[in-house]
Amino acid sequence: MTFAEPLPLRSGARLADYTLVYETYGTLDAARSNAVLVCHALNASHHVAGTYAGEPKIEGWWDNLIGPGKPLDTERFFVIGVNNPGSCFGSTGPMSVNPATGQAWGADFPVVTVEDWVDAQARLMDRLGIAQLAAVIGGSLGGMQALSWSLRHPGRLRQCIAVASAPNLSAQNIAFNEVARRAIITDPDFHGGHFYAHGVLPRRGLRVARMIGHITYLSDDAMEQKFGRGMRNGELGYSTQEIEFEIESYLRHQGDKFSEYFDANTYLLITRALDYFDPAREFGGDLARAFAAATCRFQVISFTTDWRFSPARSREIVKALLDNRRDVSYAEIAAPHGHDAFLLDDPRYHGVLRACFDRLAVEAGAGAPARAAPGTSPLHRAGGLRPDAPGDAA
Amino acid sequence: MSDRRDMELIAALVPPGSRVLDLGCGSGELLAHLGQHRQCSGYGVEIDDANVLACARRGVNVIQLNLEEGLAMFEDQSFDVVLQLDTMQHLRNTERMLRETARVGRIGIVSFPNFAHWPNRLRVATGRMPVTKALPYEWYDTPNIRVGTYADFEVLARKDGLRILDAFGIQGGEVVRRRPNLLASVAVFKFERG
Repeated sequence: MTFAEPLPLRSGARLADYTLVYETYGTLDAARSNAVLVCHALNASHHVAGTYAGEPKIEGWWDNLIGPGKPLDTERFFVIGVNNPGSCFGSTGPMSVNPATGQAWGADFPVVTVEDWVDAQARLMDRLGIAQLAAVIGGSLGGMQALSWSLRHPGRLRQCIAVASAPNLSAQNIAFNEVARRAIITDPDFHGGHFYAHGVLPRRGLRVARMIGHITYLSDDAMEQKFGRGMRNGELGYSTQEIEFEIESYLRHQGDKFSEYFDANTYLLITRALDYFDPAREFGGDLARAFAAATCRFQVISFTTDWRFSPARSREIVKALLDNRRDVSYAEIAAPHGHDAFLLDDPRYHGVLRACFDRLAVEAGAGAPARAAPGTSPLHRAGGLRPDAPGDAA
Repeated sequence: MSDRRDMELIAALVPPGSRVLDLGCGSGELLAHLGQHRQCSGYGVEIDDANVLACARRGVNVIQLNLEEGLAMFEDQSFDVVLQLDTMQHLRNTERMLRETARVGRIGIVSFPNFAHWPNRLRVATGRMPVTKALPYEWYDTPNIRVGTYADFEVLARKDGLRILDAFGIQGGEVVRRRPNLLASVAVFKFERG
């Protein structure tokens, strides 16, 4: 869907004539009250569930949670996945053409923030005729967007679900992001962010960035269990540059895969959005004051072995909500997988989410969705993908 | 707190419309009851995954925390009532939790198995640890690591400067106000900071 009216960004810049790619699943009910927005994290997209016709392997990134009969049941809810501006999966981003120059934006794409994304998503909801969402859900950076929804558009959601998230990044978090950014920026193929014109991609930088990311997504125990000191050839090779340990093989594989599909400028932008998110900042660091604006119900979830977005950070969010006497529940799941746990299907974790959505469905009287509601598309259909076709301004 | 009648007796101590924190809230039954019948709001605190899920299914706000780590998440006097029912005896740091209860709530309500109930005394007199409805475990597998008596609690409350607003025993679903230390299997105290 294209938006002609410029989006004012927190930086002061404006993003004009931008496109948002989104997917929907299930059917919007007659009261338009059963919509759930799913916010993506760093490297994901609007493709949250299901598969496209002829592409059975490209499964939505949260397919274990979202679908018919799943905790977020698309037979009861109208689920919306949106690709954020600045990303690289179809919405306007650094790879898009900058109307001012006729060239790809590249490094000149304006710095976008979590708040900017949320505002862009809210405009999409306007277009879809959804005044109030039943819920906004996200994990990690997606959880930050869900939290931001509750602060920027408090009347527009009934439930906020923030999984493995944080009220801001710690110095250590920012440090990891900075190492990843430097890896990209110092790649000779980066060309100051205008590598498209040179016909090259800063793959080396992206690989290293992704390797660092993967280290932080796994717990020490999970890594030990999965790889340990396992060796590819069973014995020492006395080399310094070959892959010898299984963990090296895993990280290089992840890095290689990532560098083929992800845009380097997007990586810089999204890690910066992570760094900047800090709703307490304009309240002198007082998170409780920041959350005074929220009115919806909250479900906060963390994982005990997540050291990137630790339970302590989620508890800060919970405390700020308690201080404001908001409806909040908090589950601290003893999952072994580290930050990655939010994408897995631990039964305790999914049980809490299922209970949360069941309650929303009961409150909304969902279960008998209207058939002919506009702007809907069934799951598992190629039509679920809405390409950024010009003129699609419905 | 499986016994419904016991729950109702304790719920009656909670002023209608109170903002309640229920420490060790189990499946959230009491909070749901207080919400429906006494217009109370609030949160449960639980460590157990199954109980957290049960609360979620019941629509009760629940915070998953280990009470042994204290109540740092809750501000002073931020609740009208803090409940600690059938929970205290499982905590290593009983006294600290009692002080925390009095710090966070304007009113605290605790209940726990009364070790001085006469069948327990008889059992100990015969040389064996009691195994009863209120204390259903063998000594070697009991989760009750802090067994005390009705009278013991009065001493602790005095030591910690708590003012007892009401206290009674519960036996067989009935309130026991006469010699509760001897005649009741469950002790109940309602108190405030003195």
